[in-house]
Amino acid sequence: MTGEASVAAGSTIDALGQFELHPVLGSLGEALRFSQSPLFMLIAVVLVLAFLFIGMRPASVVPGRLQAAAEIGYDFIHDLAIGTMGEEGAAFFPFVFALFFFILAGNYLGLLPFSFTYTSHIAVTLALAVTVFLISILASLRFQGLGFFKHFMPAGAPVWLSPLLVPIEILSFLSRPVSLSIRLFANMVAGHVLLEMFAGFTIMLAGLGFFGHILAVAPIAINIALTALELLVGVLQAYVFAILTCIYLREAVAH
Amino acid sequence: MHRTPRLFLFAAPLAAVPGRAVAAGMPQLNVHDPLLIGQVVWGAVIFAGFYIVLSRSALPRIERVLSNRRTRIQNDLDIARRAKAESDRASAELLSTRHEAAAQARANVERIQNEARLSAEAHARETAKRLEADIANAEARIAQSREQALSSLPAIATGTAQNLVSRLIGEQDEQTIASAVKRVSA
Repeated sequence: MTGEASVAAGSTIDALGQFELHPVLGSLGEALRFSQSPLFMLIAVVLVLAFLFIGMRPASVVPGRLQAAAEIGYDFIHDLAIGTMGEEGAAFFPFVFALFFFILAGNYLGLLPFSFTYTSHIAVTLALAVTVFLISILASLRFQGLGFFKHFMPAGAPVWLSPLLVPIEILSFLSRPVSLSIRLFANMVAGHVLLEMFAGFTIMLAGLGFFGHILAVAPIAINIALTALELLVGVLQAYVFAILTCIYLREAVAH
Repeated sequence: MHRTPRLFLFAAPLAAVPGRAVAAGMPQLNVHDPLLIGQVVWGAVIFAGFYIVLSRSALPRIERVLSNRRTRIQNDLDIARRAKAESDRASAELLSTRHEAAAQARANVERIQNEARLSAEAHARETAKRLEADIANAEARIAQSREQALSSLPAIATGTAQNLVSRLIGEQDEQTIASAVKRVSA
């Protein structure tokens, strides 16, 4: 949510203005094409790393609260990654960890007032999904060689169906990065548009006089509920992205 | 960059969720915005840096702490198991020692009781033997005295009879009286 949305004269709501990119640091940002989106990526990354490094600084056998939290984060993704991919996929654990926390921090940072949600940009989510897609293809070719292409013909299916099955399998394989990126992007956009809409209603109703003031409480209550929902959606989408990545990579490393 | 829709209040909820608002122009789909490409490039750099710091430093550090803890707990468990085995052995040893000691004590008691009984029996036998000897002695003495008494009886009887006869008739025939006494006492 940004404060950028212009609720002009109490008659319109600009629900999409919050997704606009603006250069930060004036002309320097413009020259470097550095908008608030990479700025919040940087903030997210620094926060996650600070959480891990400060949390693990005591490195004690009996952890304190922050260290326990950092260890829980580690264990959660480690169990997810190794549980899905097996020990062969251990090399991809840091990648899955980075993906999950990059997305989670982006989703949650975006819930703060005056911040920006970089995961609400299809360019960002598509870049992440394409990275996953390319890595899974490269891993498949490295672990299975040309046997990778056997995946496009389901085992046990009649051969005469192959002209139908193979194109379908190829299409479903190619649609992976699309569905992966649009799922995250659409969830974040929808949530933030809704928040903006209801916040706009409050301002509009407040302009209607006494009864408007009373009615204006309702959208605020809804927004509180929506914020709770967004907290759930934020971690859920990060989890879904991470576990789908693990599933794709498992196919790549499984023999 | 200001191609956002201006919608009426009551149409807004319908329009803002997919539908026309998206078609009218989401800033995310404005591919002519240099900042849109810029955020992808910057994002790639930032994500790569994030990945490198995580995989080289942050995650191995956590892994080290966790594996240290695992080995330490394992070691402590091993030590505890060893200590338990040792204490089990010690208690078993103690138990067997106590059994042995009890058995030995019982044997000692029995032996001493036996000895006491034997010595008491021996003592009783000895006493009985001595008493028997005393009895035998006494019986012998009695028999001797009786014999003595019996042997002196005819003489006394004869003397008495002579006295009686001489008092009664005033004469005496020693031979006749002695034979008469012998005849009576036989």
